[in-house]
Amino acid sequence: MNNYILAVETSCDETAVAIVKNGTELVANAVSSQIDSHKRFGGVVPELASRHHVENITVVMEEAFQTAGITMDDITAVAVTEGPGLVGALLVGVNAAKALAFAHDKPLIGVHHIAGHIYANRLMNEFEFPLLSLVVSGGHTELILMKEHGKFEIIGETRDDAAGEAYDKIARTLNLPYPGGPKVDELAQKGNISIDFPRAWLEEESFDFSFSGLKSAVINTVHNAKQKGIEIKNEDVAASFQASVVEVLTEKTWRAAKKYQVKQVIIAGGVAANKGLRKGMEEKFRNENMDVFFPPLSLCTDNAAMIAAAGYIAYEQGHRADWALNANPSLDLENYGNKIK
Amino acid sequence: MNVLAIDTSNQLLGVALWKDNELKAEYTANIKRNHSIGLMPSINQLMKETDTSPKDLDRIAVAKGPGSYTGVRIGLATAKTLAWTLNIPIVAISSLELLARNIHNDKAFVSPFFDARRGLVYTGLYQRDTNDMKLVEKDCNILMTDWLTELQKLSSPVVFLSQDLEQHKKTIEEYLGENAVFPEPLLHFPRAGELAYLATKREADQTHTLTPNYIRMVEAEAKWLEKQKQDRSNHE
Ligand SMILES: [Zn+2]
Repeated sequence: MNNYILAVETSCDETAVAIVKNGTELVANAVSSQIDSHKRFGGVVPELASRHHVENITVVMEEAFQTAGITMDDITAVAVTEGPGLVGALLVGVNAAKALAFAHDKPLIGVHHIAGHIYANRLMNEFEFPLLSLVVSGGHTELILMKEHGKFEIIGETRDDAAGEAYDKIARTLNLPYPGGPKVDELAQKGNISIDFPRAWLEEESFDFSFSGLKSAVINTVHNAKQKGIEIKNEDVAASFQASVVEVLTEKTWRAAKKYQVKQVIIAGGVAANKGLRKGMEEKFRNENMDVFFPPLSLCTDNAAMIAAAGYIAYEQGHRADWALNANPSLDLENYGNKIK
Repeated sequence: MNVLAIDTSNQLLGVALWKDNELKAEYTANIKRNHSIGLMPSINQLMKETDTSPKDLDRIAVAKGPGSYTGVRIGLATAKTLAWTLNIPIVAISSLELLARNIHNDKAFVSPFFDARRGLVYTGLYQRDTNDMKLVEKDCNILMTDWLTELQKLSSPVVFLSQDLEQHKKTIEEYLGENAVFPEPLLHFPRAGELAYLATKREADQTHTLTPNYIRMVEAEAKWLEKQKQDRSNHE
């Protein structure tokens, strides 16, 4: 019999519902993006995001079922992002998922958002362990080691800003419209790496990251140039900034991959769509006997397909949530993995 | 008609089941706790005890606010999803009207209210009309002192209902004197049973487009609109 996992994801500004068949086959991936609504504020307004989720949730559910051509009777279990994320936003998804599961007497599964980002790749390629994943997004910069399904070991993380956050701030400094990350990437493609921005390597053995120093250096450079009336091209600033980010991300990922002798490297999260990062990783790993995977664009940004893919593993491993499931904005990835036995 | 009613719009958690023309079960908890933890276990318990399956339901009733933004959303996300997936109508009722319905004295003016901080309240004015409740002043977000100034003009008794009564009692008495009526404690709690019953008589809402009644705009949005207006007038 086929296993169908329906998943709901509302941790930030995308209302998403997806259905995945047998853990790896995507049969519906409905996403209602709120970018247009938040754009005028230059960032996500949490209360507004929560309101949109309530407006959209049943519409997006319906769309997913229409695409999949199945009904709730066919669904094996309902998975939902439990955290981390914006608490008000998460709550809408958690309660909608509970209602759906309850109405049809289906098992309920809480899923960690980052586990989802990693498992998005399993919709494309089967995992081989040990596996290293670099999760880079507006909220996360983490190196995660997996030795088996459903278990996560954080070996490195950012000590200040997430990579995506740094991108957004640089975009604002360069007066680029929200969301700025992709725009910086675009500009960087046209510029020269002419400014030597710092790279934060931290302690020799550390796989942690830090982007706040780089961020300040970029802002100061732009600011000083303006004051002195020196013209520097935005393209060059973007290219030089991106070069610094990409070098640190690729170098640390490469070192970790070598140290743990991994078979696969997975780049996940919104920043995985970055062209500079893709190129940098491909070059760095060209001569290594490891597979480097980037999910397709639609699976990089927040979506529910990834939650369904991670939810499938949790389901198979016997993880069940009860009706008291709550949103947990600071859900810990390693603890979450240990809950699944 | 079998109706499941859900009220998580304020501190109180209420669920009730109207089944076979009577109130079958009603559960109320007045605990400071996240409704996300309490709601579905309460529904589950209620359905189990009354031997009701979700498929037996004909209607979902929900209190749509005003109240706690998060609380209202937990109720609506749950109610909308249940109604949609069970393919049954949903009826959303003002949280203030629901509370006002505790008063049955004919022709009485009723002002239910929820504290909204900084001297503000969510309130509206209702009047008992034999079998129904008439809306006199629609639900709003207003300074309590401004609201009381309006109520003074009625020159007749007004019944005040609120779990936040203690905070405002002195001010109300100052403005309305003898016309301020404070009923006994139990009447200040909205009843999910009333919500369920009321839904049997009301027209259904559109499930997909149903939204909470927050009354207040998102602060960032309100500021943004204000700025647009200013920019426009600066241009002229
Ligand atoms: Zn994400």
